[in-house]
Amino acid sequence: MRKVYLDNAATTPIHPEVLKVMLPYLKEIYGNPLSLHDFGEEAKKGIEKARSQVANLIGASPEEIIFTSSGTESNNLALKGIAQANSKKGNHIIVSQIEHFSVLYPAKALEKAGFEVTYIPVDQYGLVDPTDIEKKIKKETILISVMFANGEIGTIEPIKEIGKIAREKGVCFHTDAVQAAGIIPIDVNETQVDLLSLSSHQFYGPKGVGALFVRKGIRILPFIEGGIQEDGKRPGTENVAGIVGLGRAAELARQELPERITYLAPLRDKLIEGLLGKIDRIILTGHPTKRLPGHVSICIEFIEGESMLMFLNMEGIAASSGSACTSRALKASHVLLATGISHETAHGSLVFSIGMKNTKEDIDYVLEVLPPIVERLRKMSPLYAKYLKVKGGI
Amino acid sequence: MPLYSEKVMEHFKNPRNVGEIENADGIGEVGNPVCGDMMTFYIKVKDNHLEDVKFQTFGCGAAIAVSSMVSEMAKGKTIEEALKITNKMVAEKLEGLPSNKMHCSNLGASALHKAIENYLEKKKVKLKVKEMPKPSEEKVCCCPYCKSSITMPYPYCQSCGKEYVFCPTCKKPYPKGTRTCSQCGKKLE
Repeated sequence: MRKVYLDNAATTPIHPEVLKVMLPYLKEIYGNPLSLHDFGEEAKKGIEKARSQVANLIGASPEEIIFTSSGTESNNLALKGIAQANSKKGNHIIVSQIEHFSVLYPAKALEKAGFEVTYIPVDQYGLVDPTDIEKKIKKETILISVMFANGEIGTIEPIKEIGKIAREKGVCFHTDAVQAAGIIPIDVNETQVDLLSLSSHQFYGPKGVGALFVRKGIRILPFIEGGIQEDGKRPGTENVAGIVGLGRAAELARQELPERITYLAPLRDKLIEGLLGKIDRIILTGHPTKRLPGHVSICIEFIEGESMLMFLNMEGIAASSGSACTSRALKASHVLLATGISHETAHGSLVFSIGMKNTKEDIDYVLEVLPPIVERLRKMSPLYAKYLKVKGGI
Repeated sequence: MPLYSEKVMEHFKNPRNVGEIENADGIGEVGNPVCGDMMTFYIKVKDNHLEDVKFQTFGCGAAIAVSSMVSEMAKGKTIEEALKITNKMVAEKLEGLPSNKMHCSNLGASALHKAIENYLEKKKVKLKVKEMPKPSEEKVCCCPYCKSSITMPYPYCQSCGKEYVFCPTCKKPYPKGTRTCSQCGKKLE
């Protein structure tokens, strides 16, 4: 059976060149990077090379990169680290309503601890209005956090405009770039961000490693204590092979970025056009043009996401959904709801995220397989039956 | 999908009794699209038996499998037998459901019962089973397990699904298996 992986927003396969550079660090180069002898020194070199490679990807300096275990950890470190380091300066934090839970939950925890958090709404495309943020900035504001791009609806946020405002007002600006780094061009100086989170496994690196860019001069408090690794900001013996892998993935991304976008965008557009053409009562979520190059997110009315995923899975297609039934907490995606989509419609959410291993044939296959699945589920649906009766009545 | 049993997958792939019944004797609808699950059951009744059962479902894999299983369990049964179908029985027949999907099994049983209720209301038929009391007008009975109000003459709680029996004299509900009514001394079963 044909296997088509279209869930690259969840994770990507490791690039063969990334695996190649990692292997020695899982075999012969096993020293602890902190050790003073040659074994340690070799491991340390690998890490420092990776640090430069990651810095180059985003236009930063190597000493501004902290390695963590994941995007989630980087986000937690950014939110909590900045909040705690600046609690005497102020206690107001601004985040968008569509942030990933690894930003929203720390924000809520800070709220419980006495910080004030403003949640900025988004428009129907999931875009944040920079002037909304500007209006909310006050003397006590110590941090703004808005994601670079959203993984559920693909929308790319106006980070440069927000960065300009944040810099003018002297407020620290963090961006969760987990879904954007290595996928679209990012320059921390052009966008004027002060902190940036990224995750290795989103751009063909290994899982278990991420990074946080912290601009020189910005102070953060670590939440893991008891070691001197990462300049005391993130103690713990490093995931050396993982970091080396992340470095190489970052280097490859930087070199290949334009070609990757040129490859993915037409596949994305073909899939969007095909789905909107073949299936009725369907909407594209997120922004039509300011969206990630491989991201296709739709909502199909009258049927539910998990049942679509199950049928797709049976046909070898891996995708994702923002429906309540596909979440552990049985809640529909907060991102979809924030864009004004109703609960009903949100339950019919389907997300295809195309990657470098996908081909035109994969897209054709989805376009062949999904419409009959939709038809089959709609035949079973009381909502579709009601819709047909109303339609027939007109 | 690793969380679902083979039985669930089977019913999901090949659901039984999908559709509507024109001029149905009873229709029951539960859930709503806002929550993400909605089921409509249609029944045709002949000689107190569910001659035909059909359903339509908007929902996840578990919801579809549950609806299919409920329709299969109910078809051909008497009204009283069908009313005894509980969410737990459905989940068992499906060889288990993930804990966060158990609510789907509640919906399935409820939708069937609502269809039967609808039929009974229309026909104003009295139930023939001995232990079916009329809900008392003076006082509301409470489930002996979860203390929810008992408003419908079913042999199990609409809230927690546990079965109970009523004292034929004073109508007080007891956990199934209780021998004697503590209020009036009457033997219960």
